[in-house]
Amino acid sequence: MLRLASLALFFIAWFAGSLVAGEQMLPGPDTVLTTIVTEARSGDLFLHLGATLARVLVAFTLAMTLGAAIGLAMGRSPVIDRLGDPWLIVVLNLPALVIIVLAYIWGGLTETAAVLAVAINKLPTAVVTVREGARALDPALDEMARVFAMPRWKALRHVVLPQLAPYLAAAARSGLSLVWKIVLIVELLGRPNGVGFEIGVAFQLFDVTRILAYALAFVAVIMAIEMALVQPIERRASRWRPRTA
Amino acid sequence: MNDARPAGDPGLLEVRIERKAYGSALGQHVDVLRDLRFTLPRGEVGVLVGPSGCGKTTMLRLIAGSDNDYEGTIVRPAAGKLAMVFQEPRLLPWRTVEDNVRLIAPRAEETTLTMLFEVLELDRHRSHYPGELSLGLARRVALARAFATDPDLLLLDEPFVSLDEALARRLQDELILLVERRAVTTLLVTHDVDEAARLGDRLFLLSPRPAHVVAELPIGVPRRSRGADDIAAVKADIARRNGNHAGPAAP
Repeated sequence: MLRLASLALFFIAWFAGSLVAGEQMLPGPDTVLTTIVTEARSGDLFLHLGATLARVLVAFTLAMTLGAAIGLAMGRSPVIDRLGDPWLIVVLNLPALVIIVLAYIWGGLTETAAVLAVAINKLPTAVVTVREGARALDPALDEMARVFAMPRWKALRHVVLPQLAPYLAAAARSGLSLVWKIVLIVELLGRPNGVGFEIGVAFQLFDVTRILAYALAFVAVIMAIEMALVQPIERRASRWRPRTA
Repeated sequence: MNDARPAGDPGLLEVRIERKAYGSALGQHVDVLRDLRFTLPRGEVGVLVGPSGCGKTTMLRLIAGSDNDYEGTIVRPAAGKLAMVFQEPRLLPWRTVEDNVRLIAPRAEETTLTMLFEVLELDRHRSHYPGELSLGLARRVALARAFATDPDLLLLDEPFVSLDEALARRLQDELILLVERRAVTTLLVTHDVDEAARLGDRLFLLSPRPAHVVAELPIGVPRRSRGADDIAAVKADIARRNGNHAGPAAP
């Protein structure tokens, strides 16, 4: 209920803002919605949303898988941690733009370069989060698995991963939003389609309506993913926790 | 006929620890175990009795093979499956009671599991998560898990500590029942002389740190026919020997 009221307040403020600033600078919610509908009818909206979403998913999966593996290794082995830490700090502090531009120069204006650039941007934060989780693993359970000679993959799946679940969820949460923001920049700079490309075109035409239409449409997609996928997985992963009353 | 036997009885547990030390926070080496030797014949329940903090858990970790940093040799039953009940239950909180047992003992048969859950009074809790169990129940699950693997060597690290006496007594009885079903070579570590006198076939009395065995005490009377008098006699024996070696008798 409170959420709905808050959302309504947002639209009222938006509407009021558009009245003050004028349709040119800030088109009202109704104008933006009309544009979304026309773009959807022509099929353009889905084409660009689809292209962006595909890039987000590939880059996200790549970054999460690699990041979790590296983070786990660094968290469990002090040697790997000491070897990898300087690299991690470098990549962590490299501006997204630098990585993207270099990827395009070295890899050409290709899909691979674009997706890799995004994945490399996300990778270090995933590593850092999962590494924290790996450091917090319970040595007592580890010893139990070893004494009972549990096979490695089984121990990973049933002993280690459940302990990492909250950290993986946190990395996925922040990762999803970070990845899609960077995908837009990558598209703006060197892709012939996607939400970022469309926003670039709209920028040249000073078409604020279009910018908002595409941005909002994609926010809706990401929210749908969060609610339909991330939250249920999280609930399932924590179903064993005793519920409070 | 001669008395020559193969170089190692496959069921035997033979422990010869020359020295086990820890680096203390001040950089000194502290000896935890020194010259600790004992042999446990196959199928017997050996009980190591010693004061709290004398290094019993350290020794069990060496025997379990989860710490290899020591001087000496430990001969475990050949190709033996190892099971351990830790001081804390150490269950996976995200798996149900039944899954906790099945994950560790994937080859356990349904009838075995049913029997274990029944003996340990866990049948109503199969689908509960460990977070929903009391300590006594969680300890039972840890016992069920260890027995389900059908071990050749069972290590128990004060498995009944911090339970009230009546409950500890009941769990001890359940343990006796399980151990006697299939004579498992069992090593139990405890500071409770009463528990030792009730459960063991053979007691090893440990000195305070650095721990070594000061006396070996085979108990002649079988566990099941042990009465209050027998147990009192064993306890008196332990107290007398501990007195002789100036070791504090555990309460």
